[in-house]
Amino acid sequence: MSLLEVDKLYIRYPRQGRIAAALRGEPHDFEAVRDVSFTLEAGRTLGLVGESGSGKSTVARTLLGLKRAHSGSIVFAGSDMVRASGREWARLRRQMSMMWQDPVGSLSPRLTVKSLVTEPLRIHGRRGGRAEAERLLEMAGLPKEFVGRYPHQLSGGQARRVGVARALALDPVLLVADEPTAGLDMSVQGEVLNLLNDVQRRTGVAMLIITHNLNLVRHVTDSMAIMYLGRFVEQGPTDAIFAHPRHPYTEALLAANPEPDPDKRHDSPSLTGEVPSPLNRPTGCEFHPRCPHAHPDCASQIPQWARGDERRYRCHYPLNVSIGAEV
Amino acid sequence: MALTGNTTAADAGPLVAIDSLSVDFDTAGGTVHALRDVSLEVQKGRVLGLVGESGCGKSTLAYSLIGLLADNARVVNGAIRMGDRDLAGLNAAGWRDLRGRRIAMIFQDPMTALNPVLNIGRQMIDIQYRESLSKAEKRARAIEFLGQVQIPDPAARLDVYPHQLSGGMRQRVCIAMALLTRPDLLIADEPTTALDATLEMQIVDLLRELQQRFGCAVLFVSHHLGTVAELCDDVAVMYAGEMVEKGSARQIFHHPQHPYTQALLACDPARIGIATRQLPTIPGSLPDLRRPPVGCAFRARCPQAWGRCASDHPPLYVAQTHHGARCHLLNPEEGKT
Repeated sequence: MSLLEVDKLYIRYPRQGRIAAALRGEPHDFEAVRDVSFTLEAGRTLGLVGESGSGKSTVARTLLGLKRAHSGSIVFAGSDMVRASGREWARLRRQMSMMWQDPVGSLSPRLTVKSLVTEPLRIHGRRGGRAEAERLLEMAGLPKEFVGRYPHQLSGGQARRVGVARALALDPVLLVADEPTAGLDMSVQGEVLNLLNDVQRRTGVAMLIITHNLNLVRHVTDSMAIMYLGRFVEQGPTDAIFAHPRHPYTEALLAANPEPDPDKRHDSPSLTGEVPSPLNRPTGCEFHPRCPHAHPDCASQIPQWARGDERRYRCHYPLNVSIGAEV
Repeated sequence: MALTGNTTAADAGPLVAIDSLSVDFDTAGGTVHALRDVSLEVQKGRVLGLVGESGCGKSTLAYSLIGLLADNARVVNGAIRMGDRDLAGLNAAGWRDLRGRRIAMIFQDPMTALNPVLNIGRQMIDIQYRESLSKAEKRARAIEFLGQVQIPDPAARLDVYPHQLSGGMRQRVCIAMALLTRPDLLIADEPTTALDATLEMQIVDLLRELQQRFGCAVLFVSHHLGTVAELCDDVAVMYAGEMVEKGSARQIFHHPQHPYTQALLACDPARIGIATRQLPTIPGSLPDLRRPPVGCAFRARCPQAWGRCASDHPPLYVAQTHHGARCHLLNPEEGKT
């Protein structure tokens, strides 16, 4: 049994102007996440990748109970979180923690670092003294003296480490990190990723990393899923996907990640246009209006999952199929 | 490979020459020496990348080129020459004359750069206040420039408000507004940082294309080395308020001379071809700029530092034509003893 099993998850959001929409006979909500299924084993790391609006943060928020699933199941440590009673849910939720996107903004400016890192302990009725705060700071690679500091006295990297210490307070078995390196300098990004890898090695925590930064995914995750307009379009082991992307969207994301070398410039952007609105989904393959390899039938036929080379993908005309071994 | 710019540094001459510029900020905790003895030339018709990590002074330098420094900033030394003018001593009226005529700027966050209560058309017409054109002509120019930045159906977009556009579209509007004034120098302060990677590449590609079409010089401030390599002809690297290395993009990315530049390039995960769980970092932290170190600013974090680095402040040694770095390792006299 996997630590986390998400099956056919659908999440809907109410749309703006619901009354006007109802009068026009249109639906009052829309699907932000469509048919998402994945598993995460204990001690492993999964990356959820996609552009803004792809629904990746919505999946994370639903796992943590900040948003209700419309349908589908989330089985965590053997229990179904969607149907769990309040008490059971709280027990499960305690084993998950979240690192928020904005490292400084997610820390209350009026609390000291000691209060911030021990707050989860106090909420769950455990003792959170100075010794405990110092132990957590040490795990996150911060000096003990930081207990008395306030968030405005921290650099971006230090605030991020406080976020890690806070997330580790309750010894979670699952850590969800939303853009853990956003807004950090390159050298500090490396520090934070090394810290997450180190924490995982020491505690065996499973990690779900949500990001649009593929460089990050490559160096911290075991497997990855690429999201487009609320659907997974390709998922499988990180190495295999980086070596031979099957879905044209994956290929485009990889190409949008330039190597810093002035001799390897791109003559044109890999992807034109922007993500369409989930209120107005394209027909057939939802990526076809932006796809450089689209064929006429891509506009009418919705691609189903195809399997091969340890992964699955939704594309009628996958790339690199002659390279990997087909099943 | 796409070559940008048909001119070379030698024949075009500088548009703006920054000479030994030092800027201090007066704060409650003391005076912060944010820029110290910075010299840099922005060549006509070329794209100069300004790179460095948070707190290195790259935004301070960009803002001092358009007269938008905060009230507690003081230019304590140096000059910024543009033609026969020294911008460092310019008063408010002098800046108003230059801004939006010869120098324009694109900001990091396209939402806060646009006025949320005015529609795009109104803002694009207002920015042409200097032009002696009729309103209809200004409107036509606004539509033309929205087309230049590849916004589909530009005429219809004049009536929309900023919140109705996506982040990428808003940044395109900001670029169109900056170019409407036909500037000689376009300053872009982290224009793609708030965007997705795919949009980032679209904006970089657009800037490259427009720069070639309009021929303006661009100062591109970024901490993202990949986009700098994509776009820039020349690169200047800053650390702790100093210019530590400058040269052509190829020299900086292929033959970095300063240990900081080398460390910065080594940290970029995009350059690490093989997946690793242990990424390189630059241990240590920035020096306190209220009391800048006597010797080399990077000494405390430099793996190659030795005695002289603590006592002597390194000058900008020439490594090659148009390529220099502030590091004693480049001193031709060093190592002879």
